[in-house]
Amino acid sequence: MLLSVDNLSVSRGGISLFEGLNFTLSTGEFVLINGGNGVGKTSLLRSIAGLQPIDKGKIAINADNFIFAGDANGIKTALTVLENLRFWSAIFGGKNLHEALEKFQLRQLKNRFAGKLSAGQKRRLSLARLLLTDRPIWLLDEPTVSLDKRSMKQFSKILKNHLEAGGAAVVSTHIDLGLTRSSLTINLEDYQMKNGNINASVKAFL
Amino acid sequence: MIALLQRDLILAVRAGGGFGLGMAFFLIVVILVPLGIGPDMEILSKVSVGILWVGALLACVLSLDRIFSLDYDDGTLELLLTSPIPLEAVVTVKSFSHWITTGLPLVVISPILGLLLGLQVSDLKWVFISLLLGTPALSVIGAFGAALTVGIRRGGLLLSLLVLPLYVPTLIFGANVARKSLADISNNSALLILTAVTLAAFSILPFASALVLRINLR
Repeated sequence: MLLSVDNLSVSRGGISLFEGLNFTLSTGEFVLINGGNGVGKTSLLRSIAGLQPIDKGKIAINADNFIFAGDANGIKTALTVLENLRFWSAIFGGKNLHEALEKFQLRQLKNRFAGKLSAGQKRRLSLARLLLTDRPIWLLDEPTVSLDKRSMKQFSKILKNHLEAGGAAVVSTHIDLGLTRSSLTINLEDYQMKNGNINASVKAFL
Repeated sequence: MIALLQRDLILAVRAGGGFGLGMAFFLIVVILVPLGIGPDMEILSKVSVGILWVGALLACVLSLDRIFSLDYDDGTLELLLTSPIPLEAVVTVKSFSHWITTGLPLVVISPILGLLLGLQVSDLKWVFISLLLGTPALSVIGAFGAALTVGIRRGGLLLSLLVLPLYVPTLIFGANVARKSLADISNNSALLILTAVTLAAFSILPFASALVLRINLR
């Protein structure tokens, strides 16, 4: 088992988002997270990645096993596409740099400054980072934002390949990714706090 | 880690990277002060060490908020937090690259500016050495302040208010090294304390900064 979430409660800004969430993720599996805006999809992914504290429950995941792709692209606009990828490849110790360029159709763009890319192209560059590492779990927060139909299809294929090669993924999205083999679909709205427990937000002096 | 250093240095010299900003500021401060004080070389050489050190301090503060805020804004910092590199190493590398792009140029031009302020050649050496030993501490301490204020919009002023008091020990002993040589007194003790301050900053603050960053990113 790569990831197990046990009786998880998460809040954001003093407002509880969801409670009592349980699921597990094993090799080749794919968990889809649904729910409207503000229901806690991003918070869930961020807490799994250790970027956000949790209120209750337990998340069991090996920190060296996952790669996180949030809503921010993590791209340096003053670097070229290739320089951006090369940096992350060096950080994650990956070697598949050219494969990543190829699969996300970035080869023609590789010497362009990332600041001159369109939103969709930036997204593709950001997602190409996933292929630079051997880490099995992909934590993807709305990965297909601003992608066109073709790129979306291509991304679904890449995700499918990843799962078939023994990977796993937790994906939050509104859009149908065209993947039939979603092992589990979680609608976070089913886990919302019943008695909206709202704490006073933290006040700061400065 | 080398990749991170390389990337930071490339970013600093690319458009909008701010390389040379600190140096230009330093240059202007050192040129403006004599205009205010007057051309009396005797007075100038007396205050020159103070001008150079305070100028270096302020020039250093100028670019501190870039250390983390740019990476915070575009999400890179989050990704680095989940990467195999320990955050303590990230902080150390980023402080070091800040020193290379801000502190080191100041150290290099300080003898020339010292000459302009009427310092003797034999004293220039000590200004150079004291800045060389002291400016790395300015970057590490500054990185701590930058970690504290990351995520705060327009946190630059707050950052200077936090960091400048922390610069006091470095300033006192750094300027002391050069001033003692000016007065022909042995500056060994000041030199040792300055080195100790820098080493202490390097051994403690990267851990403190990493801790603060982890809390701030949540």
